[in-house]
Amino acid sequence: MKPSLGVRLDTLARQLTPFGLTLFLVVFNVVPLHIPGYDQIAPLLPMIAVYHWALYRSELMPAYAVFIIGLLQDSLTGAPIGINAVVFLIVHRAAQSQRRFLTGKSFAMVWLVFALIAAGAMAMIWVLVCAYNLALVEPRALFFQYLLTTGIFPILAWFFLRWQRAILRPG
Amino acid sequence: MKEHPRAAQRVGTHVKGLAQRFAYLGLVGAAFFLMLFGKADMVMVERLRTHVTDAVAPVLDAMSRPVATVSDMVDQVRALARLRMENNSLRDDNSRLLHWQAVAHQLETENKALQSLLNFVPSPRANFITTRVIADASGFFAHSLVVNAGLRAGITKGQAVVTGEGLVGRITDVGVRSARILMISDLNSHIPVLVGPTRIRAILAGNNSNRPHLIHLPEEGSVLPGNRIVTSGHGGALPSGLPIGVVASVDDGGIEIRPFVERNRLEYVRVIDFGLAGARPSPGIGGGGPISAGPGDGKAAP
Repeated sequence: MKPSLGVRLDTLARQLTPFGLTLFLVVFNVVPLHIPGYDQIAPLLPMIAVYHWALYRSELMPAYAVFIIGLLQDSLTGAPIGINAVVFLIVHRAAQSQRRFLTGKSFAMVWLVFALIAAGAMAMIWVLVCAYNLALVEPRALFFQYLLTTGIFPILAWFFLRWQRAILRPG
Repeated sequence: MKEHPRAAQRVGTHVKGLAQRFAYLGLVGAAFFLMLFGKADMVMVERLRTHVTDAVAPVLDAMSRPVATVSDMVDQVRALARLRMENNSLRDDNSRLLHWQAVAHQLETENKALQSLLNFVPSPRANFITTRVIADASGFFAHSLVVNAGLRAGITKGQAVVTGEGLVGRITDVGVRSARILMISDLNSHIPVLVGPTRIRAILAGNNSNRPHLIHLPEEGSVLPGNRIVTSGHGGALPSGLPIGVVASVDDGGIEIRPFVERNRLEYVRVIDFGLAGARPSPGIGGGGPISAGPGDGKAAP
């Protein structure tokens, strides 16, 4: 039996939320928060979202969606266009490759894997930004951004897990 | 016979996997291509950025308002707690500033007299547009801001952006209703400046941290911590005499500058049109003629 149009639209709307939430985080990431010193250490929230959804619901976060998210991030932050697109795609791939390994593992393990993947991603960002500008850029800010991104991961992941249960339902 | 559908299925999955892998590699390749293309031909890619920023600007505008309100409230509560202390320090400041006011008046009269003696041609007075910061793209990648006024409000590429404290940066991209500011701390920002009372010429170069540094100094030893930095106006991109910051430290690693503008406090900025548009080859709106509006005639962007 085919579900009615309403049901299908409802399902589609729910399934678009991971992408929508990630886009929201990209925009939220550049809203001025007026916190002293925050601009230097602002976490890369979209990276957490890309990792989370690639791990738990990768069919709702396909590679082209990640590409669009990366381009939006580059456009808004003034970063060289394409840099975050590459990095997010690689985070996406890395998360997917760990899916089997992380099935049934504890949350701490999911967090640890994120910390490792994010460290790799940050190193890659550093190399790409330096190569793009043909200059050695001070990596201190990036290091703090990494620490804060990893530190905020549990909060955001908890929220996403709740969202998954409430809005997406097992599919 | 039962084997066939299974085999077909297996082949199907295999093909699907391959297609996905190619799509993935294609996207990574596309991203790298955009990066290289952006490096080679800035205009095309920058236009893409301007369009995207312009499209998102209303959302950013709406989102930044409640955040600004909350931060204002926090500031107010904090100010209440420090009221007494602040009052005392303001009283001290006031008496000190009154003294400076007297000095300024005296110097102004003297300056006018000397200018008339020398037949001095004054620089054109500036127009300015006050606008709100709706995005602060932070951190390691770049130091830029987005404001909610663009071509419609009369902003053009290259204009200086200031606050009451000093120079924020320069307009680099202009959309219809938004514009991007390249901050003085950005890696790609190089501004000709004058240092200290002896007005040594140097270049202020950003490095994507909050402490830009001075390069191309003729004589290193003569710069001291506490020296003021102002724009020199050389190159014609910026007017001369805009305050930028003070020298924070001088050591082997270079000369670090502490800008007057505190980035996290930026809410409203002024975009200044000094009528210098004619000095650049860019197709700006202003013809470069003298602008006779005083600072009181500033337009406010929506």
